[in-house]
Amino acid sequence: MAEKKKLNLKREPIPRQDPHLRAHNFDEVALGYSVDQAKREADRCLGCKKPRCVAGCPVEVDIPGFIGRIQEGDFIGGARVIKETNSLPAICGRVCPQEDQCEKLCILAKKGAAVAIGRLERFVADYEAQHQAVEIPPRAPSTGKKVAVVGAGPAGLTVAGDLAKLGHGVTIFEALHEPGGVLIYGIPEFRLPKVIVKREVDYITSLGVELKLSFVVGQTQTVDEFLNSGYDAVFLGNGAGLPYFMNIPGENYNGVYSANEFLTRSNLMKAFQFPEYDTPIKMGRRVAVVGGGNVAMDSLRTALRLGAEKVTCVYRRSRAEMPAREEEIENAEEEGIEFKLLTNPISIQGNEQGWVKGMECVRMELGSPDESGRRRPVPIKGSEFVMDVDQVIVAIGQGANPLVAATTSGLETNKWGYIVADPLTGVTSKEGVYAGGDIVTGAATVILAMGAGRNTARAIDVYLRGKRSA
Amino acid sequence: MPFLLGVSATGWAGTSDFTGILGCVQEQQQREFLSWPYLLSVRREYLMKNGDGRKGERTPLERNGHGPLNEIVLMRSLSPEIKLYKVKSPLIAKKRKAGQFVVVRLDERGERIPLTIADSDPQGGTITLVVQEVGATTKRMGMLREGDKLWDVVGPLGKPTEIENFGRVVCVGGGVGNAVVYPIAQAMKAAGNRVISIIGARTKDLLVLEEENRAVSDELFVTTDDGSYGRHGFVTDELAKVLQDGPRVDLVVAIGPAIMMKAVCDLTKNYHIPTVVSLNSIMVDATGMCGACRVEVGGKTKFVCVDGPEFDGHQVDFDLLMARLRMYLPEEQQAMEVLEQKAEAR
Repeated sequence: MAEKKKLNLKREPIPRQDPHLRAHNFDEVALGYSVDQAKREADRCLGCKKPRCVAGCPVEVDIPGFIGRIQEGDFIGGARVIKETNSLPAICGRVCPQEDQCEKLCILAKKGAAVAIGRLERFVADYEAQHQAVEIPPRAPSTGKKVAVVGAGPAGLTVAGDLAKLGHGVTIFEALHEPGGVLIYGIPEFRLPKVIVKREVDYITSLGVELKLSFVVGQTQTVDEFLNSGYDAVFLGNGAGLPYFMNIPGENYNGVYSANEFLTRSNLMKAFQFPEYDTPIKMGRRVAVVGGGNVAMDSLRTALRLGAEKVTCVYRRSRAEMPAREEEIENAEEEGIEFKLLTNPISIQGNEQGWVKGMECVRMELGSPDESGRRRPVPIKGSEFVMDVDQVIVAIGQGANPLVAATTSGLETNKWGYIVADPLTGVTSKEGVYAGGDIVTGAATVILAMGAGRNTARAIDVYLRGKRSA
Repeated sequence: MPFLLGVSATGWAGTSDFTGILGCVQEQQQREFLSWPYLLSVRREYLMKNGDGRKGERTPLERNGHGPLNEIVLMRSLSPEIKLYKVKSPLIAKKRKAGQFVVVRLDERGERIPLTIADSDPQGGTITLVVQEVGATTKRMGMLREGDKLWDVVGPLGKPTEIENFGRVVCVGGGVGNAVVYPIAQAMKAAGNRVISIIGARTKDLLVLEEENRAVSDELFVTTDDGSYGRHGFVTDELAKVLQDGPRVDLVVAIGPAIMMKAVCDLTKNYHIPTVVSLNSIMVDATGMCGACRVEVGGKTKFVCVDGPEFDGHQVDFDLLMARLRMYLPEEQQAMEVLEQKAEAR
């Protein structure tokens, strides 16, 4: 017991751009650890024999393993350890909700701050890329099997990478003109720089994966056509891309955007650089974003960076119930976003030309818990008031886009339109067709989609090998 | 007099470009938006940091789309403002049905604009697009040449027209809408309908696909607003006559500027004749992901890109559609100015 390490309960802070500065640019907010900072943070890890953190990771990264490499100063080795189970560490290190996963279970969290696993993950991934040490792993000999992957988002990229390593021929079909899915159209540059997404996509294609862009499965060709034209299996990872609206009066006035549209215009179409880029975006002076999740935080902070004078988050429950990552809520607060909590929109008011001029809201209080376990918000009678806004962004969630399921024969969906699939294997009601990610679970996180992708890739591999021997 | 100008059928683009059409008439939004100098300073900063991604001029490049595709194999001026393009796109050519559209992006910095497929040649692997130059993107498209490639062509998108033997079908087209109504008239005729086509334009020079429409119609009427060709008046004048004097009409299909479709629907409502319209709202992804194109049909919000583009015209809130089409007027004008400046600089 003599050599027992002294517990360091204080976490190494990550350098971040100054809030006043960053509120006006699209550069990444968190700047990442330096080598010294990373080593100091890594030294806090106790290297538990039975690491609880690993159990909290949907893709079971060997966390003490890669942090141990950092302690030894072998940063590239650390990246390789992660890549054994996670092909996209630079992305996960930035956007995973570690505080609800690995870090939540860290033994240090009981007495102080958990080891900053996500920041260390990001550090080794960036270090590896900066030192051009990214290695293309060996591919198994070709099996001669072909797999079509629908959607180039986190789930699809993971499945494609894993199956390619196993020797299968993989083609990804992506509806948009850029690969990455939500990583490209949804998550803004200041949270996930697009060069990183491009780097990770390049890594996947370097494994031999073919990428077909601007190809809308269900319209350009259907899943049935894939199966009839030489593909041995199909993976559906087309995501939850259908924006929900509030269904309140005035929601179609000019100046009301879904968060999907607002973020797509800014992120994918680069509308913040109009007229150098062709796609325009409207920017209000007083912007309300409805919702309390990560997409709402991204929309709020994007609106601020586009130059809005006042940006307000309108959320019907209290701060404790907000589904967004704590870190992102703090970032938004620091940047000057206003929060109107326990407030629910009733109608949007427009002027004679059909433009938003205000939003009527009602104050809420929390009643007894609902089926989600969170306390149900109840309107307070007579508390209605009008917010002076000229733009409203609706960020209350996304559902399943029916395009793929509706054009695939014999594919079972549930009452919300999500594809029914085994959570461990991705097996659907149709032979040879697998599904994973948001199109199965509903809108969730990048890492859960990747976890589903990894498990499904294994199941598809088993299926394809069985097919060969048959 | 928006009605008058609308029926004069300046065009059909179904894009943010489309707002250009209405630009001349409508009282402009006096909303104050963020100043462009600010935005340009953001842009400058970005360029200083990341460099200008472009090499030389904006030119379409080949890319990993579906193959060595999207080449313009034929380009023809139908009128001073309207051009016909035949574009290599075998998968879409094979799959496409009447009423469907594609999304086109000209280059790396381009916006995504929806364009209705006027025709296709499944053997030759080409689709036909008829485009009116109403905004910066469609103008730039008009500057391309045969052999050039479009950066992205996505589709076929939207639901196809419901084609069956209805009996007597009147197909009404306005401006470049005549190119959009043509494949529908063709399919209606092939399904055994008696097809009466009414096509209109502002003036004779702007009338397109007259012969093509005539070939698939049992009767064809032409109107021009200025009387330079065909009947002097609007398509609705001719339609009123057909409805009044002729035998019972079973279905009307109307495609053109929103204001024209609205006028047609107002008319056919009186006669209780089912009327199908094809809406041309602003889109971004056009796969149901963003909701930019939403309209109200029978009081319910619908997405034109996946629920449409065709709807029961009697249920459509055209005033909302027209208001939403005006959303980007100032930006559209700005884009045109930039384009003109560049043309002058050259």
